[in-house]
Amino acid sequence: MATIHIDGKDYEVDGSDNLLQACLSLGLDVPYFCWHPALGSVGACRQCAVKQYRDKDDTRGMLVMSCMTGIKDDSYISIDDAEAVEFRESVIEWLMSNHPHDCPVCEEGGHCHLQDMTVMTGHDRRRYRFTKRTHENQYLGPFIAHEMNRCISCYRCVRFYKDYAGGTDLGVFGAHDNVYFGRTTDGVLESEFSGNLTEVCPTGVFTDQTHSDHYTRKWDLQFAPSICHGCSSGCNISPGERYGEVRRIENRYNGAVNHYFLCDRGRFGYGYVNNADRPRLALLRDADAEDVDITLSVDAALDRAAERLKRARRVIGIGSPRASLESNYALRELVGVDNFSTGIEAGELERLALMQRILREGALPIPSLRDIESHDAVVVLGEDLTQTAARVALSVRQAAQGGALSLAAEQRIPEWHVNAVNTLAQGRKNPVYLATVAETKLDDIARETFHGTPDEIARFGFALAHALDDSAPMVGDLDDATLGLVGEIASTLKSAKRPLIIAGESLRSIAVLRAAANLARAFNQAGLQGSLSLISAEANSTGLAMLGGESLDWALKTLTRQDADAVIVLENDLYRRLPAKRVDEALDACETLLVIDHQPTPTCRRADIVLPAATFAEGDGTLVSSEGRAQRFFQVYDPAYYRPDDQTHEAWRWLHALHTTIESRPIDWTQLDEVTRACAESVPVLAGITDAAPSASFRIKGQKIARSPHRSSGRTAMRANISVVEPRQPQDIDSALAFSMEGYSGTAVARQQVPFAWAPGWNSPQAWNKFQDEVGGSLRAGDPGVRLIDQPGTRGEGRPLAYFSEVPSAFQLYHDRWQVVPLYHLFGSEETSAKAKPVQERMPEPYLALGITDAEALGLNPDAKVRVNIGKHELLLPLKISSRLRRGTVGIPRGLPDMPVEIFGEWARLEQEVRA
Amino acid sequence: MSATTPVNRRLTSFGTANLIERAPETHPLTWRLNADASPVWLEEYRAKQGYLGAKRALTELTPEEVAAEVKEAGLKGRGGAGFPAGVKWGLTAKGEGIPRGYLLCNADEMEPNTYKDRLLMEQQPHLLLEGMIVAAYANHSYRGYVFLRGEYVDAAKSLRRAVAEAREAGLLGRDIFGSGFDFDIYVHTGAGRYICGEETALINSLEGRRANPRAKPPFPGQSGAWGKPTVVNNVETLCGVSSIILNGVEWYHGLCLPGSEDHGTKMMGFSGKVKNPGLWELPLGITAREVLEEYAGGMRDGCTLKAWQPGGAGTGFLLPEHLDAQMYSGGIGKVGTRMGTALSMAVDDSVSMVSLLRNMEEFFARESCGWCTPCRDGLPWTVKILRALEAGEGEPGDVELLLELTRKLGPGKTYCAHAPGAIEPLGSAIKYFREEFEAGIRTPSTANAPQEPVGSV
Repeated sequence: MATIHIDGKDYEVDGSDNLLQACLSLGLDVPYFCWHPALGSVGACRQCAVKQYRDKDDTRGMLVMSCMTGIKDDSYISIDDAEAVEFRESVIEWLMSNHPHDCPVCEEGGHCHLQDMTVMTGHDRRRYRFTKRTHENQYLGPFIAHEMNRCISCYRCVRFYKDYAGGTDLGVFGAHDNVYFGRTTDGVLESEFSGNLTEVCPTGVFTDQTHSDHYTRKWDLQFAPSICHGCSSGCNISPGERYGEVRRIENRYNGAVNHYFLCDRGRFGYGYVNNADRPRLALLRDADAEDVDITLSVDAALDRAAERLKRARRVIGIGSPRASLESNYALRELVGVDNFSTGIEAGELERLALMQRILREGALPIPSLRDIESHDAVVVLGEDLTQTAARVALSVRQAAQGGALSLAAEQRIPEWHVNAVNTLAQGRKNPVYLATVAETKLDDIARETFHGTPDEIARFGFALAHALDDSAPMVGDLDDATLGLVGEIASTLKSAKRPLIIAGESLRSIAVLRAAANLARAFNQAGLQGSLSLISAEANSTGLAMLGGESLDWALKTLTRQDADAVIVLENDLYRRLPAKRVDEALDACETLLVIDHQPTPTCRRADIVLPAATFAEGDGTLVSSEGRAQRFFQVYDPAYYRPDDQTHEAWRWLHALHTTIESRPIDWTQLDEVTRACAESVPVLAGITDAAPSASFRIKGQKIARSPHRSSGRTAMRANISVVEPRQPQDIDSALAFSMEGYSGTAVARQQVPFAWAPGWNSPQAWNKFQDEVGGSLRAGDPGVRLIDQPGTRGEGRPLAYFSEVPSAFQLYHDRWQVVPLYHLFGSEETSAKAKPVQERMPEPYLALGITDAEALGLNPDAKVRVNIGKHELLLPLKISSRLRRGTVGIPRGLPDMPVEIFGEWARLEQEVRA
Repeated sequence: MSATTPVNRRLTSFGTANLIERAPETHPLTWRLNADASPVWLEEYRAKQGYLGAKRALTELTPEEVAAEVKEAGLKGRGGAGFPAGVKWGLTAKGEGIPRGYLLCNADEMEPNTYKDRLLMEQQPHLLLEGMIVAAYANHSYRGYVFLRGEYVDAAKSLRRAVAEAREAGLLGRDIFGSGFDFDIYVHTGAGRYICGEETALINSLEGRRANPRAKPPFPGQSGAWGKPTVVNNVETLCGVSSIILNGVEWYHGLCLPGSEDHGTKMMGFSGKVKNPGLWELPLGITAREVLEEYAGGMRDGCTLKAWQPGGAGTGFLLPEHLDAQMYSGGIGKVGTRMGTALSMAVDDSVSMVSLLRNMEEFFARESCGWCTPCRDGLPWTVKILRALEAGEGEPGDVELLLELTRKLGPGKTYCAHAPGAIEPLGSAIKYFREEFEAGIRTPSTANAPQEPVGSV
């Protein structure tokens, strides 16, 4: 800590900060552009100039750029000094000399850091009377719109895209006042994190194209604190709605999770919420009149459903890892614990249970997403993180780049001085080791990579554990190259201060998880203070594993055997999980199929009764991320406000209503908190979920939290097509949030739940400054969410998890068959985001990947189409040659629509080649 | 390598420096030059005491002693900034555990009106190589690069031939002079940007990055090219090194004229409408008047000196009354600007200061790297105002605005010294010739009309 004197007042600040950071953390307004809490200081824009004095008696002082100035104890600073004020206004004036005065038609307007800073500095007159330079814009793909004429050359875009996110196709070209930020040619931005450009750019150069397609000003959007459902990372998001449509998703700051950045699936994959084909009314399919859906009123739907379920001998409930804990719990309550399935395939459920065991009883703590960044060595077993948990990949990249920081510290160069740090580091990175089936987009930071089948990756992990600790089981007959690699990695890891292991579900291999557990134990035995992160597949997979329940296989078998004759499927497309034949047999065998979902899935299309469920945008609930962090997402808007006939409700509401209808009793649960509490009370490991967010009775200064900015406009007119009378705003009984702009939206009172980033004078996402304890740190009220899994050391002395000894055997190469390994795609492998049109533009067509050696041995052309036989499936797929896939394996993308699910891990025969 | 200059073609740098009387004792930089400007190749160079300084340094002195001698001699950087070379060498990281780094020769001579390094490199490349060997020895550098302005085709030819000769003769490579010291030099031609003359931008450019100046610290001496300790010296600076080692500090201190606080000789010149424009090696401390009148022959008949610039476009304008200033950094400092490269330019009374400054600022605005706002967006504004004034379309307030910009683009406010250098001539031109600028104001004001207050926002 240090004391500094700013404009006559004394402040205690963190001495390792730069002056700008310190001022902002104190709540003092100093304008800036090129600085960003996650990107550091580069001193380019000169906007943050303040006066620094030599000592108390110095009256002249000199201008310094606060972002480039370290904190000196007992230093004298002035923000209000006349020369500093005038200089800051001049900087805006210079920036404005080329900036078009197009705010009224610019999509950044009202959300624009440049606007905010212009107002802050007081530049409101134009003296520049000459022409402005102009640029041509580029097509950058379905996500990002480009308008270079607005550019103020702060260099943040390339610093984020290249330096932070490792992208290679966005650069800076030209010089003097003709600096251009773009690609060499028009084309889709390749980075999986391109969407962050819309928030990193301080003005409207990079804007959200999906937002543009149905644009609304920020102040006219209605937001809610929400959680991304795109994978298990649990990123905090801020979806914005208008007229009953989600119009954009922005990052919601959580200092322990995603802090400033999201991946593009999370940001641009929301289109499924708005799709016209969503079931929005309760439907009854009359068995006598096939394909004719009868819409029902809510009461009729409940009565008809209750009637059929009461008639049933036994009702099975199939839950879902993409539905909230509350909805799953409500289903479990309805059907009874003995009849509840998690909706997860048996193998995956077993692996989730093992992950739980490893995390609870294993040797190492689980890092938060943010915490991943502070590890100094990373071993990834099996996961292609960029595709399966993209935000984690971005954190791993920061861990690698952390290597520069220790070098800088030796030279006494502060961390925030990024260009100096990079000059020193010259690309030196902390070691990252990747063991994957094929090439990944983290290969560029990997010190070593290992490629093999899932079993070989497990063997690699087992061998590494043994190399670190002799008492860990040995791996027989490893080849020399692998042994050498393992030895080299082990010796590097031994000198690490904080190594991290990451493994997960994506290879569907229990052996990989066991290897990760052994590695964790070996770290522990070797005295390394490491961490272990296990990535589950879907938004609430971890939550479902904690809630418990039978596998989907069990449910289908029970139905097929006619041990039950009715089934309720909650937000789950069974055809994505088990072979179509088995699902068909089970559903054919049962009398009643009740589906509660928000998507018209193949399962939904077979339902006798469909009840329209809420997506994250229309309902609230709790999810548990891979980290074991329970986080609440809140309803963004009430669909019935815009569409009075709309029957969409949270699935838990439907299920509870159905439950009480069946039992002919009044409902117990009128609001979310009651369901959450009931769930927490009945499932001990979920006891903490009530603390994931404040209850519905939470108030600030007697008010609920407003979902819309106070400038929100058009409320009286937005429903005028239905009725000219403005109804009362919907009342949200489930949360402490109020619909519309009514309620608290300030920053003075610390709060965890922030629907949108706004503070007086700060309309852009930079407003997060005002909610944080220190800029870039945690929210003042604490970062949202609660970690449910106790950390080793804090949970008392249990039995430590012993080493697993089931080492898989070596891979056997055949000349006539290939093992099918799954390949993942950020765009395409996840069910709901794949229904968003912009995401669909980025999805690959199904393909067959083959290692280059195998392709050459088979004499296959790069443009060949290959007929693949896997079990009973015959697929004709275009060939994609991989430089890294191991001989004897073929890669097929997993999760793409209409692809068979049971082919992975099986053996493929490549029968013939058809010339393209 | 067969880069011989055609017999019929004289090097561009042929000129006055070849024609004046020179002696080894008084003209360490130029005494070896041939009157016909034919390059001094290895054989001739060695016959003229070539590589004796390097030999002494490598075989008789420790690196620290070499650095100390250069420091004591007071050899200042000749690229324009005048930072003492020996001090710079003393700051280079070396010693246990520190890798050997790079010695970079800044040969990106792009300062308008400056043409001294070209002569040294074209006609006497071995003097530079010798200086680099000595400097590399003093700084523990393991590779040297000559970062050469791309347009200097003849200099590139000369240097490449000289490097080949030196390698052949064992003056570069392993175990030079049997001293155990290894060092080699490569000639790197730049793509032509003024900012590459800024040492850290030069390093970025050499590494293949954008030629933006780097943040300091770390200084190149700590972490420069490819993260290694790096020394960047100007051509003329390096050319001055070997004579100091060979002849000693005392001799060097005797070179300048009384009154000079800087030591040694310096390439100086005068261009513009003078009778004998050119370049001469002269003792520091000589008055500008002597350079102009004795060497450059005074103004051409019919031309009257109106103003002059002491050392490159980035230095301030001075008046005829300042001609008695002595040419050394403090001497020119006394009259309010910097000596810069010491290649002066005479402005005669036929030249419009507005047009001259418009031309200069166009150059500086174009050569901004585009990194920091004041330079990138401020300099083009000065250009546009100057164009308006030149066309008689200036508005009241324009001159004040120019002065405001010269103030706000000054030292400390920008990322590097480019913009401060760019506006130094502008500020001084307005100071001495304000009426010329004001004469460009014709139209009634619109933009600069008195402001009415607007509602607070």
